[in-house]
Amino acid sequence: MNDEILYDLKSISKSFVKGKEQVTVFDGLNMSIKQGDFLAIMGPSGSGKTTLLNMLGGVDQPTGGEVWFDGNRVDTLSENGLAQWRANNIGFIFQFYNLMPMLNAARNIELPLLLTNLSKAQRKKSVATALELVELSDRAKHMPNELSGGQQQRVAIARAIISDPKLLLCDEPTGDLDRHTADEILQMLQLLNEKFGKTIVMVTHDPRAAEFAKRTLHLDKGEFVEKDLAA
Amino acid sequence: MSDLYLIFKNLTRKKLRLFLTMFATFIAFLIYGTITSFQAALDAGVELSADDRLVSVNKINFTQPLPISYVNKVRGVAGVEEVVHMNWFGGYYQDPRNQVQTFAVDKDTLLGVYTEIILTDEEEANWLQNRQAILVGESIARTNGWKVGDRLPLNSNIFSQADGKTVWQFDIVGVYTGADAQTDTNSVYIHYKYFNETQSFGGNYIGWMGVKTASPDLNEQVIKSIDDLFVNSPFETETVPEKAFQKAFIEQIGNIGLILTSVIGAAFFIILVIVGNSMVLAVRERTAEIGVMKTLGFKSVRIFRMVLGESMLLALMGGGLGLLASLGMIGLMNSVPAPLPTLIMDADVVLKAVGVMLALGLITGIIPAVSALRLNIITALSRG
Repeated sequence: MNDEILYDLKSISKSFVKGKEQVTVFDGLNMSIKQGDFLAIMGPSGSGKTTLLNMLGGVDQPTGGEVWFDGNRVDTLSENGLAQWRANNIGFIFQFYNLMPMLNAARNIELPLLLTNLSKAQRKKSVATALELVELSDRAKHMPNELSGGQQQRVAIARAIISDPKLLLCDEPTGDLDRHTADEILQMLQLLNEKFGKTIVMVTHDPRAAEFAKRTLHLDKGEFVEKDLAA
Repeated sequence: MSDLYLIFKNLTRKKLRLFLTMFATFIAFLIYGTITSFQAALDAGVELSADDRLVSVNKINFTQPLPISYVNKVRGVAGVEEVVHMNWFGGYYQDPRNQVQTFAVDKDTLLGVYTEIILTDEEEANWLQNRQAILVGESIARTNGWKVGDRLPLNSNIFSQADGKTVWQFDIVGVYTGADAQTDTNSVYIHYKYFNETQSFGGNYIGWMGVKTASPDLNEQVIKSIDDLFVNSPFETETVPEKAFQKAFIEQIGNIGLILTSVIGAAFFIILVIVGNSMVLAVRERTAEIGVMKTLGFKSVRIFRMVLGESMLLALMGGGLGLLASLGMIGLMNSVPAPLPTLIMDADVVLKAVGVMLALGLITGIIPAVSALRLNIITALSRG
């Protein structure tokens, strides 16, 4: 991890109307993520973890404050601008993998590359490299329903890293896996962080999963309580 | 992999649903292709009518006769180039159900007025020389297996000979083709003279006259001159351009266009509901996937295009197959002996069908496509 700030959230507020009530999730939240960080975010249900992750991924917008990524303000981007920004900078890993059921593993991994100008041959090469990295070269032609949960999550990881994003956002990436497979996935994330320098933010309920991160932030009622595990 | 590949994979992911919706579209376009070809064939009778040709009939109605003496009088009208008189023979071959459109005509002027009847020089010479000659159209000859040189007995369900027989013997001297693919070749022509001399009643009367004018510009003047010639006589005439006559003849059956349009309209309304509902369901089932694609960075407009493309592809696939099947159906209908015009699926029918397919795809796809366009990522992912 170097000292360069990748993500900077300045005095973020987020509220929405539920029924007749105004619900405030964040009110003046500040947060910085350095390049090369592996951050776990924990907290009880309703603490705002998923909302925060959605804002970091540019799929949800704050109602106040500023969001800076790699020196650029992103909370002012249009919907199309945000889509392009996500395609260029963010890799997503979901709890339930969210693979396209009608595409085989290789095609699923290739999906984000349709948003680039790479040629067919270049795309094929990148997919082969990603499959090798997640040790699924022999499963390239398998459909998602022919793969185990762990294998599906590895395909999802390959899809998340295929376009070489600066930040990986993981929403309970091991929530649907057994302990052993979960450890494999977490080791893979660790490898991506340590060997390939990927910045990772992971939301999890699992303290054991959080142990794989460099640091953990606890979120409660929209506020951080930082406990630096690495310290 | 491309967007088209994604569209195709989405379309084919539920095979049974694809089959059923495609089958529904297939049936709609089978009906559409066949019916519009039929309508086009009926219209062709009107469209192919020569602009410089008039039809002169008894003013009471066209089933009433006119004296044969009228023919020479009409020939003398300024602007008239040629006149052929015709009688309806009411012919059938072997079985009263096997009707043959038979016209007893003036042998010398038929080919001069109806230039779309194509014969070889030898056939034409034989037609003029043999009083028992009969010219048969290519289509009806093929249906009945007739050929030049055959002796053809034809019955009449209207007329009889002096000896009481209703059958006339003819020599097939020519099998005519049409100048245009849609020219009627289901009719046969016999000599009026032979018919008139042998029939037991109604002699020296004709059914109607086909009048060729020197120029379409003279039609109006010629029409007036002919009808004025016989005004206040026991056999007044009504002369109209051939196009108008053909149109009125077809419309006797009813408003064919309205009937056919109603059938097609009903078929398409049902298809619209079926395919539209299928598309809405298909996209709703994919809400989470659309959310994931948007999360990955696919722009909403691109997803809109993909969903619309899917419904277009579905309509084009099902419709294309239906149109091909209707081509087979038309071939089958043309090969069956029936007093129907020759059905042809021309470029106009195909282009209209493709237009209808695209419209169907657009209408059935627009609602799910707009839903996908507007879909909020958070909402979409929460439905996964």
